[in-house]
Amino acid sequence: MSERWNAQVQLEHLQQKYAGAGNADTTKWEWGCTIRRDSLASHIGHHSRMLYMAIAENESTSRMKHNMLWKMVQPCGPPPPKK
Amino acid sequence: MSVEKEIDKNAFTNYIPMDSEEENPELPTQLGPDKLTQRYDSRKIIDREDEYQRRKRLRTFSPERADAFNKTDKDINKRSYADILKEQAQVKADREKQKRNLQEKRERLNKGESKSYEHEASNDYASTRNESESDTRKTRWGGETPTISRSPEPSDENQAGKAKDNWDAPSENSDSTAPNVYSNITPQNLKMLRLAKELEERNKYLTDEELNGLLPIDGYEIVPVPDTYKPPKTNRINPFLGGMNFYQIPEELGKPYEVPGVPDSGPNALPQIKPEDLGYFGALLQEVDFDNLSYEEQKERRIMELLLKVKNGNPIMRKQALRQITEKARELGAGPLFSQILPLMMSPTLEDHERHLLVKVIDRVLYKLDDLVRPYVHKILVVIEPMLIDEDFYARVEGREIVSSLSKAAGLATMIATMRPDIDHIDEYVRNTTARAFAVVASALGIPALLPFLKAVCHSRKSWFAKHTGIKIVQQIAILIGCSILPHLKSLTEIIKDGLLDEQPKVRTITALAIAALAEASAPYGIEAFEHIIQPLWEGIKTHSGRALAAFLKAMGYIIPLMDPEHAGACTRKIMHVVIREFDTQDEDMKKIVLKVLKQCVSTEGVSANYVRDHILQDFFRSFWLRRMALDKKNSKPLIETTVELANKVGGGEIIGRIVDHLKDENEPFRKMVLETIEKIVINLGVADINSKLEEKVMDGMLFAFQEQATDDSAAVINAFGTVVSALGIRCKPSIPYICGTIQWRLNNRSPRVRMQAADLVAKIAIVMKACGEDNLMGRMGVVLYECLGEEYPEVLGSCLCALKAIVNVIGMTKMTPPIKDLLPRLTPILKNRHEKVQENVIDLIGRIADRGAEYVSAKEWMRICFDLLDLLRAHKKGIRRATVNTFGYIAKAIGPHDVLGTLLNNLKVQERQNRICTTVAIAIVAETCGPFTVIPALMNEYRVPELNVQNGVLKSFAFMFEYIGEMTKDYIYAVTPLLEDALVDRDLVHRQIACAAIKHLAIGVEGLGCEDALTHLLNFIWPNVFENSPHVINAVIDALDGLRLGLGVGRLLSYVTQGLFHPARKVRDVYWRIYNLLYLGNQDGLVMSFPTLIDDEMNTYRRTELELFL
Repeated sequence: MSERWNAQVQLEHLQQKYAGAGNADTTKWEWGCTIRRDSLASHIGHHSRMLYMAIAENESTSRMKHNMLWKMVQPCGPPPPKK
Repeated sequence: MSVEKEIDKNAFTNYIPMDSEEENPELPTQLGPDKLTQRYDSRKIIDREDEYQRRKRLRTFSPERADAFNKTDKDINKRSYADILKEQAQVKADREKQKRNLQEKRERLNKGESKSYEHEASNDYASTRNESESDTRKTRWGGETPTISRSPEPSDENQAGKAKDNWDAPSENSDSTAPNVYSNITPQNLKMLRLAKELEERNKYLTDEELNGLLPIDGYEIVPVPDTYKPPKTNRINPFLGGMNFYQIPEELGKPYEVPGVPDSGPNALPQIKPEDLGYFGALLQEVDFDNLSYEEQKERRIMELLLKVKNGNPIMRKQALRQITEKARELGAGPLFSQILPLMMSPTLEDHERHLLVKVIDRVLYKLDDLVRPYVHKILVVIEPMLIDEDFYARVEGREIVSSLSKAAGLATMIATMRPDIDHIDEYVRNTTARAFAVVASALGIPALLPFLKAVCHSRKSWFAKHTGIKIVQQIAILIGCSILPHLKSLTEIIKDGLLDEQPKVRTITALAIAALAEASAPYGIEAFEHIIQPLWEGIKTHSGRALAAFLKAMGYIIPLMDPEHAGACTRKIMHVVIREFDTQDEDMKKIVLKVLKQCVSTEGVSANYVRDHILQDFFRSFWLRRMALDKKNSKPLIETTVELANKVGGGEIIGRIVDHLKDENEPFRKMVLETIEKIVINLGVADINSKLEEKVMDGMLFAFQEQATDDSAAVINAFGTVVSALGIRCKPSIPYICGTIQWRLNNRSPRVRMQAADLVAKIAIVMKACGEDNLMGRMGVVLYECLGEEYPEVLGSCLCALKAIVNVIGMTKMTPPIKDLLPRLTPILKNRHEKVQENVIDLIGRIADRGAEYVSAKEWMRICFDLLDLLRAHKKGIRRATVNTFGYIAKAIGPHDVLGTLLNNLKVQERQNRICTTVAIAIVAETCGPFTVIPALMNEYRVPELNVQNGVLKSFAFMFEYIGEMTKDYIYAVTPLLEDALVDRDLVHRQIACAAIKHLAIGVEGLGCEDALTHLLNFIWPNVFENSPHVINAVIDALDGLRLGLGVGRLLSYVTQGLFHPARKVRDVYWRIYNLLYLGNQDGLVMSFPTLIDDEMNTYRRTELELFL
């Protein structure tokens, strides 16, 4: 019985509370959204990467950030219909 | 937690209200000293309750009440709030009538010049109480149980014999009557029965044979029984003789009962029934056909089984039962559940852990039943409220939790309606516990919700009881919720302030106490809320005396620290003449309060040192610094605190000067109190304002106190001595020779305690002796202590070693006398001593020498010590083991690792696990101190020994070593990789587990040092282990992966994980997502660049186009 409550299980329980953590039932769409959101957040957070993209797109960094923030709403499009 | 516990303890120590004493003179006002020191041999709760707490057993369960909110159920027979109030009024009227009758009777008797009944008549309270007690007894075991006659049995020898026959006769129809009998065995009966049985056993007649055995045969003659002899009356109390003479007592009364008809194991098994619990679970002993029972009976039996499992079952049974009872709570119904749980809770033989379990049941069930619980709120409260004044902290917490979830389930209105009648209950115990329960309700449902009710209660015009309880609720709220009282402070003080002017003295007292609690809880804020209260408080302080005055002073004392400095100063001056007047009080409570108030007043900024000096000190020392005060810790502690506070205000020198003479008092506790005070003052204020004359006096006094101490508790004196001496530093130089002389003389004393104290003192003052430049004296001391090493008392020997260690530490290895080369061989045999204190000190001393002065001793001697040290690895105390492995490191450094390592590697073959693990730690430490290259070859060689313990030990040593050497690992990683590879393909689980642990440390150590090739190789060996089930192994594997995440970078691991995230088998997906989460939370940002490219489908786009930009 006590095995069920070892540190590992508690840790996993903690991990499950974070957005982005997955489990065996995570779908491709859910995982894809997480990946895209994480990527966008990371781009916004790293200024040098931001500058690189801004130059490539010929936009200001603020505009780029703004666009990326908006992209985070349903980043991969609507959820696929449930079967 | 500890702070909360402390506060809570304070709240608890006065759990019997200050004002209850007059009402119940027979009650103890506080826990007596013996209560605290007495040992609790019994685990039963009842055995540690005092008389006040036992009053809970006088309470009865009231019948169920109507749920006013349940519109569908309008049962007229159920009692409503109105009914209860009516009943209570009736009770009160009856009481009045009874009182009047008694009064009249007394008057009549007085007139009739007969005074013999006076005592009986005057004690009307006691008589009514007894009456209620007997009522309780009738009803407690449920209405249907007949009361058992307890009257002593007919004492005639003949009759007793007949009765005995009845006991022994087998009962023909015992089966048919069994349930009746079982339900009649109440715990009290059983206890009495047992007692009677034992008495009978001890007092039985001796047979002729036995007498022949006892007495010599010659010289004795058997005389006939004289005619006048009448056998003594046996006063045996036997509960079963009163009518049920068909039940045969089992031979062994203490034996638990097996429940018939259930399997011994499996999910349907039932635990045994304790004889004490027969009254509750006896029905289970009958074998019945479950299907023939009515639905209600089935339910009842079901609940009984579950409760029995919870109460007496093993953990697995208990958990299952708890879960079932929780899940089925609504189906089983509140009524049947509580009618079984609550009597169990009231059982006089309940033990702590059983109560804990039952409370757990109630808590879970409450949560499920929710509003169904309403009719039973009062019953539950009757059971739970006593827990609120239990002396056990956790019981109180549990009680609070239950009341709080009860109030959340039942709702505020029901709680108020249920508890309202108890607020002006005639019994003070009921009111006290109700107030505490109400405070919990307030903290659960929010104070604002309760405010209108409190306001109404505190201004009740019907009886002063209600007012009193209402104000007490406010007090308890303040104690319970502490500083979160602040938002409601104003309204609460507003509600209770009229109580200060009430005509009933007890209401005034409790109001003042409530204000004190509010001020204490809100400190240091919230003075605005008390502004309108200060005036009536003043008036009260001026006019009252006794307990009321004490309470008012207490309130003022707590308010003063909240004021701004000018006000506080003015208030202090105003209050001080009353406080000084009360210095001479004989009342213990008053004394304590006066000390507390004084402390609070003096600590405020607004009081000047001069004022304290001129007006307070004289009287204070005259009235309080008496021997009597030192006798009880409860008095001496506040006195010390207050004195220290005074010293903070007027300076340490002045206060110490006043008490220093008492150091030579003949009373030891008093001397100790003085020492403790001086110690605290010196810690706070240093010794700068102690002049040379006073210093001399202090040293003189302390030496006297040190020499005269007789009790075992020596730490206080020695600590104080040490503190003062180290504070004085070089200023003690003149007295050092005297101290040393005393110590030297006392080290040879006949009494072991004296020798130990002397050695302890050396350890305390060694640093100061060095500072005073008394090297010669220290050397002499060293020799004396060296001569003491033959000491036979381990405690003393430990202290001597500690003293030697202190001297060696300050004097250095070179100057030490006796020289180290003489000292160490003398210590080696002491290593074999098994006493913990000796072990700890000797290993510290040897470690110190090995660290600093290893060259004074031959390598051979060190090797010998090494062998002895191995034994110390078995010590229970972790500190000893730690010191031992460190010492291995020092020795290895001194004489080279080769020999030490050989010893340690040999020790890996022993059976004992703790010993092996300590050895591996020692090997790792040797590797750290002497360089890994000196150790790794030997270790790797040892791995070839075909013995599992040794191989595991080697791997474990590697794990510790990698942990200790950190980045240095990179020079050895390619050397050990083949070994780890081999370990990871071993069949033995534990082997792979330890290898994983080693790789974890290794990977963390080489992070960023370019060893990815080796790590990848190792990862390939680890990866198949992710599907292990054994918890320790999988933990180690996951840990190793986490380490490798650092060493290899998260991207590399992700490429392993993506293979299985969407695997068709759930078992695979489970594990892989687990590892993915680990990586994701460990390094989310690092994953961004490594995520795989997902393919778009017709609906969704997954590509991260921004990453495809190219400049």
